[in-house]
Amino acid sequence: MAKHKTPMLDQLESGPWPSFVSDLKEQAQRRAKNKEGVEFQIPTDVVEDLLGVLELSFEHGRTHWKHGGIVGVFGYGGGVIGRYCDQPEAFSGVAHFHTMRINQPGGKYYKTDYLKQLCDLWDLRGSGITNMHGSTGDIILLGTTTPQLEEVFYELTHNMNQDLGGSGSNLRTPSDCIGSSRCEYACYDTQGLCFDLTQEYQDELHRPAFPYKFKFKFDGCPNCCVASIARADLSFIGTWKDAIKIDQEAVQGYIGGEFKPNAGAHSGRDWGAFDIQKEVIGLCPTECMIMDGKTLKINNKECNRCMHCINVMPRALRIGDQRGLSVFAGAKAPILDGAQMGSLIVPFIEAEPPYTKIKEEVIEPIWDWWMEEGKNRERLGELMKRQGLQRMIEVLGVDPDPRMVQEPRSNPYIFWKEDEVEGGWDRDIEEFRKHHQR
Amino acid sequence: MEYEEAKQKIVETLTKKLKTKSKFYFNDLAKILESKPREAKKVVNKLVQEGVLEYWSSGSTSMYGLSGTGKQAGAEGEDKEK
Ligand code: HEM
Ligand code: HEM
Ligand code: SF4
Ligand code: SF4
Repeated sequence: MAKHKTPMLDQLESGPWPSFVSDLKEQAQRRAKNKEGVEFQIPTDVVEDLLGVLELSFEHGRTHWKHGGIVGVFGYGGGVIGRYCDQPEAFSGVAHFHTMRINQPGGKYYKTDYLKQLCDLWDLRGSGITNMHGSTGDIILLGTTTPQLEEVFYELTHNMNQDLGGSGSNLRTPSDCIGSSRCEYACYDTQGLCFDLTQEYQDELHRPAFPYKFKFKFDGCPNCCVASIARADLSFIGTWKDAIKIDQEAVQGYIGGEFKPNAGAHSGRDWGAFDIQKEVIGLCPTECMIMDGKTLKINNKECNRCMHCINVMPRALRIGDQRGLSVFAGAKAPILDGAQMGSLIVPFIEAEPPYTKIKEEVIEPIWDWWMEEGKNRERLGELMKRQGLQRMIEVLGVDPDPRMVQEPRSNPYIFWKEDEVEGGWDRDIEEFRKHHQR
Repeated sequence: MEYEEAKQKIVETLTKKLKTKSKFYFNDLAKILESKPREAKKVVNKLVQEGVLEYWSSGSTSMYGLSGTGKQAGAEGEDKEK
């Protein structure tokens, strides 16, 4: 028997989709039965009470969670998100219900014994409820009490070689795609850069001193498997400078049906014979490909590295050899001014360890600017909008570049300053009048 | 600014404001210290380490307060600055 009646939540189970309500009920049952004989360190009925307080919120049309708190582990200002229930008498199991953010391993690689260890720890010292790799990328452990925080932290750091991630006004848990570990499209070592910056910026990650949150995300190529362009204040997206490498024989192989397009990913139904004109050349966004007899040609100057042709014919087309990354700044979800994608601020930069240029010429100048001029709770993308792309590139000390302009009249104009123009604003009026009447 | 002097300045200013406000943004502290954020950060970190200041976090935003002062009510705007 469930501890609380939850008719409205039960409704949510009636649809065709998996339901978090069913999952929570199952977990509540498991704790109640406790077959494994776990010595629960927080109330056994935590999950029952979580369901109960949610039902009450539905009934009242208002939340029963307080916002935030003074919780954390010693020396860290982030990684723990304090949550307290404002109905602690009725729902004592969730009087404290803090979240812990765990810095997911690079590329989200971990073994099942790690996962088991983590789950055992969380069954013992938390609610057992987890949320794996949502938008943030990290491993999220939901629901524990204040005294358990240090205990969990000790286990993680001493026995699992595992750190907490970011929360609050700090550098959030950096997140990367699997990159060159398994993906031939990777233009740089995403895990290498992600790990290096995570180590370098430990202070920024654990001790909040920014105006608001700040996110790094690393994609090895423009396919953007971690969606860095939409979600990170600084997105590092792999690219190449030279030509796409073409294996003409393999192109014919695709045309002749020897190789399946998209490596067979769309084989769920019969789409007919592969048509290179319609499916590749005609879909190139910059119209920079042609078939010249039996030869596929690409005008690489026009190619914007959208990855489409490579994704369709991976055997025939490969990323170039002069590899590095582009940096985009200012992506964010709504709240102010709606959602925003990143703006290109560095068209190309090499990404080789120790990544000094990326740190000293991109990341740190941007932080200095934002920390000094950003308003409280202002994201980098909002500061960029407020002060303009021009101010941003001034901060970086780079010259304006046509590739930074999305289309005429959508990005702000670049204005010259007097000291940037030879002779300033003064001119010889006599000379001018020789050619122009008043 | 010497650390002890910085500490005194922070404690005095924050204590004075305590009647109306118990949580401060990092920027507010940098302003009190009249220094660049990076410099201010060194001092603020040390103050937290020594237990003079403590963190408060909403989850999305972090703030600082004198240790043991202020109540959760502060988060609900019940002790706003007049
Ligand atoms: C084949 C002839 C023409 C073409 C293809 C053409 C094309 C364009 C284009 C593409 C724009 C930019 C619009 C924008 O960025 O918002 C523009 C703007 C403009 N054109 Fe033309 N144009 C032509 C003839 C003319 C003529 C004959 C005049 C005047 C006598 C003219 C006056 C303007 C003005 C004043 C603007 C700026 C409008 C604004 O304030 O946005 N154009 N034109
Ligand atoms: C080399 C020659 C020229 C260049 C580079 C040039 C450039 C521009 C630019 C960049 C703008 C947009 C300014 C803005 O919206 O902020 C503009 C606007 C305009 N231009 Fe020119 N222009 C040139 C010649 C002319 C000529 C010859 C005429 C007319 C006889 C003209 C008429 C206008 C008008 C009416 C506008 C719209 C002003 C407004 O939107 O308030 N332009 N021009
Ligand atoms: S973003 Fe590119 S490099 Fe990274 S995993 Fe996806 S396809 Fe591969
Ligand atoms: S990568 Fe995209 S833009 Fe470049 S040639 Fe292929 S389809 Fe065209």
